[in-house]
Amino acid sequence: MKVNENSYLNTQAKKIRNLTIETIGKFGVGHLGGSVSIAEALSAIYFDAANVDPKNPKWSERDRIVLSKGHAGSALYCALALKGYFDISLLDTLNRNGTILPSHCDMNKTTGVDMTAGSLGQGLSAAVGMALAGKIDKKDYTVYCIIGDGECQEGQIWEATMFAAAKKLDNLIVLADNNKMQIDGLTKDINNIEPLDEKFKSFGFNVYSIYGHDADLIAKTIKKAKKVTGKPTVIVLDTVKGKGVHFCEGQVSSHSITMTEEMWKSAIKE
Amino acid sequence: MTDEREMRQVYTEKLIELAEKDDSICVLEADLMKSTGTAPFFEKFPERSFDVGIAEANMIGVAAGLASCGKKPFCASFTPFITRRCFDQIAISVCYSNLNVKLIGTDPSIMAEINGGTHMSMEDIGIMRSLANMVIFEPCDSAMLSASMEQVVNYNGPLYLRLFRKKAEKVFDKIENFDLFKGIEISKGKDCTIIASGIMVSRAVNAAKTLKKEGLSVGVSEIHTIKPIDKDIIISAAKRSGAIVTAENHSIYNGLSSAVSEVLSENFPVPLTRVGINDRFGEVGKAAYLSEVFHITENDICEAVRTCIKKKKVKK
Repeated sequence: MKVNENSYLNTQAKKIRNLTIETIGKFGVGHLGGSVSIAEALSAIYFDAANVDPKNPKWSERDRIVLSKGHAGSALYCALALKGYFDISLLDTLNRNGTILPSHCDMNKTTGVDMTAGSLGQGLSAAVGMALAGKIDKKDYTVYCIIGDGECQEGQIWEATMFAAAKKLDNLIVLADNNKMQIDGLTKDINNIEPLDEKFKSFGFNVYSIYGHDADLIAKTIKKAKKVTGKPTVIVLDTVKGKGVHFCEGQVSSHSITMTEEMWKSAIKE
Repeated sequence: MTDEREMRQVYTEKLIELAEKDDSICVLEADLMKSTGTAPFFEKFPERSFDVGIAEANMIGVAAGLASCGKKPFCASFTPFITRRCFDQIAISVCYSNLNVKLIGTDPSIMAEINGGTHMSMEDIGIMRSLANMVIFEPCDSAMLSASMEQVVNYNGPLYLRLFRKKAEKVFDKIENFDLFKGIEISKGKDCTIIASGIMVSRAVNAAKTLKKEGLSVGVSEIHTIKPIDKDIIISAAKRSGAIVTAENHSIYNGLSSAVSEVLSENFPVPLTRVGINDRFGEVGKAAYLSEVFHITENDICEAVRTCIKKKKVKK
């Protein structure tokens, strides 16, 4: 698989990843694994696909972005900061008393966050509601929703999926971060959700399964998805939990990890 | 006297009337449209009516998403399914997010009648009362529901409407100057005041009349919004009559009586006796039978008033 590591979008992904490692590292502990696994997805959304205006975050015509796997908030905040929603220095307040950057996303606290998430499974339903509102209002915005593979063990994901397909919400694009791990182990061992692509297909979704650490490929796939009518799309991203962090890549323990300064600095790549 | 019209008819008609002027109003159902009676709304506004099927949790989340885009979603189901079944969705996607979602719970407590214990929520107010940002409103009859709907629609935030959907016992012919957040002083009494909500209001009015024949001066105050509760009406009743009886079609834990007790104990402690469901699950039966079984009849209220007045004398 050819990945152009130096392309604009993959460079942005690298920045998101490095900033996420630094942000969590400076705090000392956090949800690193599932945050860095979506760096490319966030890059493709924020730096290519999404029609958003950081200077007008509540713009009614904007694309909506829901991070249903809300524990990856840190990565989202890094993407938002890089996009210009707020100053990068604010990232140093992550999880500190009184911060507007809590571990799990909060729409009422953080500029640019469209939906509160943290209790898994709920963000996708909200994204479906946003897509439905777009249809009612005949607006042409797209709703992007990032879900986790472990999150797909929640029944609500499938309630939302069934309904989105039934309502033909072709303005909804779900990105499933299939990093194959959850807190207690491998998803296949805990409660196997595979085959994820076939499940979504059988629920009536348009499905793409792609490598999840190439932002160019994700952006290209989103473009394809936007041309599909009458069906919502899911892009199942083959990802690695803890991707790019040498001391926890592909390790279950990366979900929430404690880091020394030496550790996080050693993980930042030029 | 019984209302001429079912509460659900009034609910849907008012919602349609308001939706004609306000295109942000949406209705969501979870396969109970026929029970809730919103079918006419679906016919009139198909583009903003959604039956999500038997998936209440998703309904709440979809409503949250709609609300985040400026819609005013009204989600309905039976009280246990709209509250306890989706508690976390309501907590996080609606209340924590502070989104403008209206939840309609029908057939409260014993009024689920022949659906039986599984469908009886003795605890729904308690569940909703524990959530920050949530308003809890229980109209006592169709006149009140009719007078309130515009304020319900225009209230910007999470609100739980506890709705008896059939014909209620009439309390009011018409309500002028209705205030969603103020109780209504139906009558004043020197010996005791009954503070009642929902179906218990008409029973409280009748109980007060019965007790009058015994020479007791008993007032009735109606509370329709249990959270935030109208403290003034409670404190003034306590000051006036020195004894309070609460009457509710709900568990005596965490509902009206708890809310009234909290206000009294913090502001003006007086003897209190509670009429409500005493830590029990429901069972199948008709309302009259269940009222006897769960001790929430007019006679139970009378007995509670007599007991409460005795407590007042002991206190003196």
